[in-house]
Amino acid sequence: MSIWEYANPKKFIATTTPLVPWVLGVAIACLVVGLVWGFFLTPDDFRQGSTVKIIYLHVPAALMAINAWFMMLAMSLIWLVRRHHVSALAARAAAPVGIVMTLIALITGAIWGQPMWGTWWAWDPRLTSFLILFLFYLGYMALWEAIEDPDTAADLTSVLCIVGSVFAVLSRYAVNFWNQGLHQGTSIPVATGERTISDVFFVPLLICMVGFGLLFLALVLIRTQTEIRVRRIRALEIRMRS
Amino acid sequence: MIALLRRDLSLAVRAGGGFGLGLAFFLIIVVLVPFGVGPEAAVLSRIAPGILWVAALLAALLSLDRIFALNFEDGTLPLLATSPLPLEGVALIKGVAHWITTGLPLTLAAPAFGFLLNLDPSAYVWLLASLALGTPALSMIGTFGAALTVGLRRGGLLMSLLVLPLYVPTLIFGAETVRRGALGLDAITPLLMLAGITLGSFALLPFATSSALRVNLK
Repeated sequence: MSIWEYANPKKFIATTTPLVPWVLGVAIACLVVGLVWGFFLTPDDFRQGSTVKIIYLHVPAALMAINAWFMMLAMSLIWLVRRHHVSALAARAAAPVGIVMTLIALITGAIWGQPMWGTWWAWDPRLTSFLILFLFYLGYMALWEAIEDPDTAADLTSVLCIVGSVFAVLSRYAVNFWNQGLHQGTSIPVATGERTISDVFFVPLLICMVGFGLLFLALVLIRTQTEIRVRRIRALEIRMRS
Repeated sequence: MIALLRRDLSLAVRAGGGFGLGLAFFLIIVVLVPFGVGPEAAVLSRIAPGILWVAALLAALLSLDRIFALNFEDGTLPLLATSPLPLEGVALIKGVAHWITTGLPLTLAAPAFGFLLNLDPSAYVWLLASLALGTPALSMIGTFGAALTVGLRRGGLLMSLLVLPLYVPTLIFGAETVRRGALGLDAITPLLMLAGITLGSFALLPFATSSALRVNLK
């Protein structure tokens, strides 16, 4: 029994199909509980007023936007090393979800920044590197679309994903060097464990993070299944024509 | 490797447009900017470092699709891939040839263009140094982008989309060097970072380029 058994598309679909409704259900439950709790049942921040509540969308979306790219990187490496088609398709499936998460983070950030910083957009390191991440997602998806042969496309996008990761990290530190930031630091540093956020806000935020994570998982599973079925239909069409 | 380099260079010279086109493009961007932002000398000298670097970057981008496309069409590329020279070496040489035909003339001509944009006199040394150290990275990254899109018929636009985000760190450090040089600040730190990016892309990107080429030649 090894994890690679699930690289068999048939086994993958058979295992994940019953899982998807559960994951999706828990995700929606978490999001409803977290967002309702966050939006209606927490007090306003004494300095930021009610605008603080956008944190329940902004932080989880930003978290998943970055993690989606890491997941694509892992899937690309697995594809290049072990040639499992499911992993290439999962990377492909994750890209549109990741780009939407990036967009949500950028847009909610702009909506929050307008009353707080007095501007929709500032060339701040965090904002800029998210915009660059958005461009990387765009290029990655465009390359998938442009190449007809699926294996070639999987190979080339995997190479792009690896090189892109290196340059995305480089850009992250380069923009730090280039401009000092407006964006506040994290309120939940994982390494030190010292939170600067009150539990009143933290608990619903945590629920929202779990909800976004599960939602991402469910969407990627569904999209991967769709990709596998598209691949099968194409194979059937070719067989019928010959 | 030397023979391949000489072949690429003589092709670029004899086909014409190799050296000239990139330079002319660079000149046109530099000439267009004052029309866009107005002719005030103070404004121009403030934005000159950024404009010169962005112009160099776009001029390098312009000639990328010729790195592999012609060789791919006339069948030279499969020959090179089956030759005793490793494909990584081919990728490296292609990048170097691209730099000699675009980056090097740009670097040499840049002070003249800096003059047009009223660049601060103390920044010329840093402009030369940053372009000399930074444009090889642009060529290597561009070679990788060209290898990714070599099999596509309309790869030019897609390649810009893929390559330009990769140029961000190089651009930041390059323009920052010149800006700090113009203001009389310490410019050596971004210059060293830039040199690091160039060395790193010379060491690692030929492997990525050659693996992309292998996929496209399969």
